[in-house]
Amino acid sequence: MNTLIAITGLGVLCLLFEILNFRKAIVPITIIGLLAVLGITFSEFNAPGSHYNNMIVVSKFSSAFSALFIVLTIFLVALAHDFYEDHKTKISDFIAIKIFMLAGAVAMVSFGNLAMFFLGIEVLSISLYILAASNRLNVKSNEAGMKYFLMGSFASGIILFGICLIYGAMGSFDVIEISENSLSAELPIWFPIGMILMTIGMLFKVAAVPFHFWAPDVYEGSPTLTTTTMSTLVKVVAIATLYKLIAELNLIPSLENQDLLGTFKTIVVIITIASMTVGNIMALKQNNVKRMLAFSGISHAGFMLMTLLSISNSAGNLLYYATAYSLAGIAAFTVILYVCKNRDNEDIANFNGLSKNNPLMAAVLTAALLSMAGIPIFAGFFAKLVLFNQTIQAGYLVVVIAAVINSIISVGYYFKLILAMYNKEPNEEAAKTQFVFYAVAIVAVLLNIILGLFPSAVLDLLG
Amino acid sequence: MNVTTLLIILLVGAFATYFSGDKWAPKVALLFGLTAFAGTICLLSQYNLGQEINYTKLWISKPNISFALQADGLSLAMLLLTTALTPIIIYSSFGNTYKNSKAFYALILFMTFAMAGTFLASDGLLYYIFWELSLIPIYFIALIWGNGDAEERKKAVVKFFIYTLAGSLFMLVAFIYLYQKAGSFLINDLTQLKLSSTEQFWIFLAFFLAYAIKIPLIPFHTWQAEVYQKAPTVGTMLLSGIMLKMGLYSVIRWQLPIAPLAAKEYMDVFIILGIAGVIYGSIVALRQKDLKKLLAYSSLAHVGLIAAGSYTLTLDGFRGAVLQMIAHGFVVTGLFLVAEIIFRRYETRKISEMGGIRAQSPKFTSMFMILVLASVALPSTFNFVGEFTVLYSLSQVNIWFSLLGGTTIILGAYYMLKMFQHVMLGETNVRLFADVTFNEGLCLVIIIAVLFFFGMYPKPIIDLITPSLENILTQVNRFNQVK
Repeated sequence: MNTLIAITGLGVLCLLFEILNFRKAIVPITIIGLLAVLGITFSEFNAPGSHYNNMIVVSKFSSAFSALFIVLTIFLVALAHDFYEDHKTKISDFIAIKIFMLAGAVAMVSFGNLAMFFLGIEVLSISLYILAASNRLNVKSNEAGMKYFLMGSFASGIILFGICLIYGAMGSFDVIEISENSLSAELPIWFPIGMILMTIGMLFKVAAVPFHFWAPDVYEGSPTLTTTTMSTLVKVVAIATLYKLIAELNLIPSLENQDLLGTFKTIVVIITIASMTVGNIMALKQNNVKRMLAFSGISHAGFMLMTLLSISNSAGNLLYYATAYSLAGIAAFTVILYVCKNRDNEDIANFNGLSKNNPLMAAVLTAALLSMAGIPIFAGFFAKLVLFNQTIQAGYLVVVIAAVINSIISVGYYFKLILAMYNKEPNEEAAKTQFVFYAVAIVAVLLNIILGLFPSAVLDLLG
Repeated sequence: MNVTTLLIILLVGAFATYFSGDKWAPKVALLFGLTAFAGTICLLSQYNLGQEINYTKLWISKPNISFALQADGLSLAMLLLTTALTPIIIYSSFGNTYKNSKAFYALILFMTFAMAGTFLASDGLLYYIFWELSLIPIYFIALIWGNGDAEERKKAVVKFFIYTLAGSLFMLVAFIYLYQKAGSFLINDLTQLKLSSTEQFWIFLAFFLAYAIKIPLIPFHTWQAEVYQKAPTVGTMLLSGIMLKMGLYSVIRWQLPIAPLAAKEYMDVFIILGIAGVIYGSIVALRQKDLKKLLAYSSLAHVGLIAAGSYTLTLDGFRGAVLQMIAHGFVVTGLFLVAEIIFRRYETRKISEMGGIRAQSPKFTSMFMILVLASVALPSTFNFVGEFTVLYSLSQVNIWFSLLGGTTIILGAYYMLKMFQHVMLGETNVRLFADVTFNEGLCLVIIIAVLFFFGMYPKPIIDLITPSLENILTQVNRFNQVK
């Protein structure tokens, strides 16, 4: 609870800095503030409770994921200073929006009431629409913002419709009441329909196939830092929320009562395999790194959706996968930010010969991509391992084999980038690197490797 | 000391090499390579004295993964091969200069670290991690420091990487499946599982894919010749001398004891695949114009025979396979070094552009000749001991296998001697061929000495490996006793 209040307070503070003309100090102060919030989150981890008539429920699940979101936001804020060099006057707005987005994200994983859930998703989405279109003189950025807004609001509408149907069926927005009622034998058909609509809306946000069409265009058009936000923070938020919705509202048992469980699982299997396969195959053809990572994000969403197949005990695995994926994403995008800083596009050709210009950054990007490809000893490997293990245990060998084949395909495009860095000659002189880029990239990769060496630290968090 | 110390030496060595700078990197790498070798000798003596050198510690509680390293005779023999060859390989490269040599030598040591880990790990997942880790350094070594056109090299290396990764991911699925049954990845638990023959068949197949690509066996060999040719010679030596043996070792250590029923049922198929490799490799080698490619195909033929030997599921087959693994590791390293020595002087790998070296450099010629003869398994060399044992074990299964496998010696003699004739003999070459330098000579002499010593007196190695191979054989035969 305190986490959410503290974050919102920090956001307001950021807006005030503008008035106080404190722009130069805004990044360090925000980071310190976020670190303090992180401390509060840790203290809440072992003190679950519900607040404001169950509006907000703090649980281990919500605190763990909130902590992950906060860490990611710290990285994103740290990168903001250099990224918005050209818009010095607006930096406090951008940072405040990011903090509000974080507040939305935290609300989304700690809701105890569907109204709160919807509030969270709107706060998060609206912040993102603004960020996507924040490069307002650039046509592509405008296009991205518009596309994202149209698709996103459509998805929000579907979610809202689903919430209404659930209210109609249950007479309540309260998660505990709904989950108790959902176990009763006689359930109005509105409940599963509402749940499916909500799931569809969330799959939009996750960018899972077949609701993925917006992702590549929006990723490509948005300013790179916003793309970073979308592909790391927002994707993880959306998956965690979807997981929580399905787990907390007792969807699985209620479907079982009505003999619909088989259908639901088949659909999840299809969406999982389709997301992995479509994402990977499309990524193979991309020349733009941002688009490539967008498609790779779609395939990772497919991997993370595998946790829905064994929902009763896969929260820890989801947390671990999300952490591994988003840390690798942060590291990769930091290098992209550095390489493409003064270029007008993000083609793979820009990465030619990076190993000669800047070996350290090349090594960081290589490590991040290897982690995403699931090569040991990076965290990405263990993320896949525990996921496969869990899924085989749940009896879905087919999904695992599809996932394995996809892992092989994914090596194809991740290595395209690595090859460009190591096997081509550089076409121009190296740009000077700012210290923050190094700091963020290296810290993210080191965290990733440490998680790979000690996976139990995260895996066992959620019991 | 226990086995972790050895791994730590190699890992620290990799980092120390990287941070010692380009000028000192080769020497630091050599130093750590020699230290690791000394460490292995030390472990060996401790093992012979019966002291505890294994190390086990729980690493991840859920899923249950241990950091378990276990050294028995077989592991130690492989470890000896790895740590003895690494300093030789590093020392042999002193004649070349590499750009960014600190990264180059650090990667070599890192690869040795991963390979040593593969030979030691007794937890399936830890083994898998080391297995995969060893792939990354060789990928970069071949990609960055390789020779030939960059585009072609890229294609060859990426194909190699994707092939091997694809194979090993199926092995990972097999391991996870086994974990569901056993609740642990430890080899001692996995080899006690009572799996049905269908389960064994699929698990055997998943493992087979990984190993057949790595060894390589026909028809999974297509990556090999290209990569051998494109990689820098040091990389080729690491690949053919040590890395291939990872696959062969794993067949004996993991695949056969875990899924023996499938191995028995389809024994003929796998032996025939191995022997097909022998014949195919030899015939293709005959037609090669590139020295390194010729050696690559000869390597294909030899490992085919080793694989056939291990799939006979007899003690002699295992023993011959392990002996031949070590012998082949040394001889192939020596032969690739010879190719590199010629390349340093003539800047070519085409056999047709060589010739007439004998008169200019008699010392080099005699050393080359000995290596060629060892490679075709002349009696009194180590290779003879290995190859003969393997052929004997094949004859116990079916005399035809032994006859067909025996063609390796005839065909091998043909293409190796023909190659020797074209490369060394003939009219004296107009281009000057400087005699071998001290470090080249020393490397070759060490290799030759090892081959001769164990050729005449293989007992120490046989005594070392036999008890652990007998253990493995009882695990393989555990289903017979039930019936």
